[in-house]
Amino acid sequence: MSPSLDPQEFAWLCTFLRNESAIIIDETKEYLVTTRLAPVLKELGLKTLSELLTQLKRRPLTAVHQRVIEAMTTNETSFFRDLHPFDTLRNDILPELVKKRGGAGLNIWCAASSTGQEPYTIAMVLREAFPDVAARSKILCTDINNTVLERTKQGLYTQLEVNRGLPAPLLLKYFDRKGQEWQVKEELRRMIDARVMNLAIPWSGVAMMDIVFIRNVLIYFDIETKRSIIGRIRKNMALDGFLFLGGAESLLNIDSDFARTMAGKSTLYKRAA
Amino acid sequence: MRALVVDDSRAIRSVISRMLREMGYSVTEAGNGREALDQLAATGGCPDVALLDWNMPVMDGFTLLGELRKDPSYASMRIMMVTTETEIDRMQAALAAGADEYLMKPFTPDALRDKLGILGLSQAA
Ligand SMILES: C[S@@+](CC[C@H](N)C(=O)[O-])C[C@H]1O[C@@H](n2cnc3c(N)ncnc32)[C@H](O)[C@@H]1O
Ligand SMILES: [Mg+2]
Repeated sequence: MSPSLDPQEFAWLCTFLRNESAIIIDETKEYLVTTRLAPVLKELGLKTLSELLTQLKRRPLTAVHQRVIEAMTTNETSFFRDLHPFDTLRNDILPELVKKRGGAGLNIWCAASSTGQEPYTIAMVLREAFPDVAARSKILCTDINNTVLERTKQGLYTQLEVNRGLPAPLLLKYFDRKGQEWQVKEELRRMIDARVMNLAIPWSGVAMMDIVFIRNVLIYFDIETKRSIIGRIRKNMALDGFLFLGGAESLLNIDSDFARTMAGKSTLYKRAA
Repeated sequence: MRALVVDDSRAIRSVISRMLREMGYSVTEAGNGREALDQLAATGGCPDVALLDWNMPVMDGFTLLGELRKDPSYASMRIMMVTTETEIDRMQAALAAGADEYLMKPFTPDALRDKLGILGLSQAA
């Protein structure tokens, strides 16, 4: 396969990924680069990683740069991932916010939403609990990877994907069979707004959010990047809004203007009073 | 936690059983619906969860599902169909007949674990 990179080339690639996606890859992760980029080399008809690097060093950025960033990101996700956050959403967070907002639509943001299982899980939970509010609500889905966002918009999932974490009654209620695949019904798809966004770069034009899910993505960033992303998200949230992180993530030493709270079996964050 | 695996394929039975044992379940197996009912009657008690294949000789999983749901001594048993039948009308029929979950073959251990989690059975002890 592709002969590995010399240390300078590897360092250059890490800097490139860090600059373009904020993802940190350290010296011990060279195998990750080799395995993830092997299919890209094949697609492009290149023999070595060095040849790929030559292309990556060219500016402006092209589809090749985008393809490399997409190959280096982990898109692993599933419906109802970790279960508890969605119990908490259903039992605690939604009832509180629906009451406070007098039944107005909610703005929910799923940052780093990958192929869409997380935002559609939120959509189903909201729709089941408060169908009227759901019809007025928007779920903003953002990711650095346009390919996963296109899949989200289509809402098409394989059998292996719907097998993972999706309760059978919800599969029957909210999906249509499309050949061998399953497609999310239009009533949920219209709640979704998908937009390419690199979280490491300041954004604009995002509505004030009532609920933010940013799960299983901060782990890839260094502490300064985490701080600046979380700080900007905080400023983009309603004062009484809620923030959900992934199971292995916390805001300890990252943002003291968020207060940790427990609801049900989940830890989540509110803006500090 | 106790699980009953009913499938006419010995190979599939042992794969599912191994996954369940790794999650901490004690597992019994049967090769068709009739065998499962006889075993349950002989041993008494009620497993926490039964995983039923659909297509089996002698008595299929859908018939077994109906038999189990008729008998109040198995009222607390959670039942999951685990099958290559992936048509919507099959799924609807199974849920209407009292199945709690439906897992389509083939599946990964993660998918099985997720489904047991949905049924509140993930912390096997
Ligand atoms: C492991 S998935 C998490 C999906 C979902 N939130 C979940 O928890 O199941 C991580 C996602 O983060 C995205 N990502 C990585 N770096 C990013 C960045 N700098 N800005 C936005 N998204 C990024 C990846 O493309 C990937 O889809
Ligand atoms: Mg069979």
